[in-house]
This record gives sequence, structure tokens and C-alpha cells, in this order.
Amino acid sequence: MRIPIKYFGLIAEITKCQEETISFSGSFIFELLETLHSKYPELKNNGFQVAQDRALVTVETRLTGEEIALLPPFSGG
Amino acid sequence: METRTPKNVFKQGAISSGFIGDSIAKHQAKTSIGAHNIFLGQVRADVIGGKIVSAIEFTAYEAMANQKFDEIREAAFQKFELTCMHIFHSLGTVKAGEICLFVFVSAPRRKVVYKALEHIVEEIKANVPVFGKEIFEDETHQWKKN
Repeated sequence: MRIPIKYFGLIAEITKCQEETISFSGSFIFELLETLHSKYPELKNNGFQVAQDRALVTVETRLTGEEIALLPPFSGG
Repeated sequence: METRTPKNVFKQGAISSGFIGDSIAKHQAKTSIGAHNIFLGQVRADVIGGKIVSAIEFTAYEAMANQKFDEIREAAFQKFELTCMHIFHSLGTVKAGEICLFVFVSAPRRKVVYKALEHIVEEIKANVPVFGKEIFEDETHQWKKN
């Protein structure tokens, strides 16, 4: 599965890109995160939430192939 | 009655006092309104570790954020007897002292607008994926957390 991923804020500073597409054989968000953690070790030290298709999801959620986003703490207003 | 068309809440740069004034003026035609309430979020020149914040640079997951703003609006219309509601949030650089969030609620009577405004602002702070980068006067930065 090819998964489009977006990064924001501090997370985009760590990945040094705002989006990329990753080819991936797993089925769940937590598996994708394991891959991203090995690609970007610094992610481990920073909290973020995960959205799939523009809605927050838990790590046990099954990947659908829709857009994933890694969202650091919100700070609007 | 507001419709459920998702709006773009974001504006590039600071929200000017002229824009806010015009928004108020536009409501003179809506004569069922008896009370407005307005929240203005202003960029604060915080001092952090001896350095002064000179601006915040806002980015957002815009597609999700506009969807969230829409959900917050719809839920607020369900919960409170409001005539209308307007939300604007800045993207890009907003200097200390400038306005980055403008929430405007209107209703026939006053009590509802106090409650509605607080509810909406707190929902925005907690649930909308907007990210603020605090820029210091020496051009270093840190990421803001609500």
C-alpha cells in the first residue's frame, strides 16, 4: 500500500519535509508508526496525534490508504 | 439560518481592526439580534528564557481544521439559540499585539452569547489542528502549546 503522509509543526521540522508517500506492507497505524520511528528516530521524543482521512485515530486503527497526518500539540488562537 | 457549507476560516496574516469593524457593521441589517459577543485572540510578547516573542507563525492542517471549525459551529448552533456566528483564524506571521483569532456570536438576547462564546473558543483551542511557532526577537523559535 502506498500511504500519503503529512507532517506539521515540530514534526515537520524533524522529518524535514511536509509530506511524502511511503510504500508499506503493514495493516495498522502502529505498524506505520514503527516504520516512521525507525526512519525518524527523533519522533520518539515528541508527542503527536495521528489523523487518518482528516479524523483523529488510535494506533490500533486499520490503515485504509487514505491520507495520514502526524499532528503535534494544537496551539491555535 | 446558517447553512452547513464548510467555510474557509483562515485568513493570511493578522486580522485587522477594520475587518472586525466591518463585520460588526454588517449586522446592522439583522434587527432580530439584541446582543453580540466577540473574542479576539492577540499575540502576546511572552518572555521565555530571557527572550521576547516578537511574532507567531501559524500553520494548520487546513482541510481537517476547516472541517473541525464547521463541526464546532454546527454543534454550537444546536446547543445555543444563536442568530449567527463567525470565526476567523490567521495563517502565516502575526506580530505581537496583532489579532490572530476573531470569534463573533450574535443572538436575540445577551445571556446566551456569554456562554456560547466561551464554549466555542475553548473548543477551537482544544480540537482544531493549528500550530503556532513562536518567533523570538533573535529569530530563534519554539513551538507553542495550548
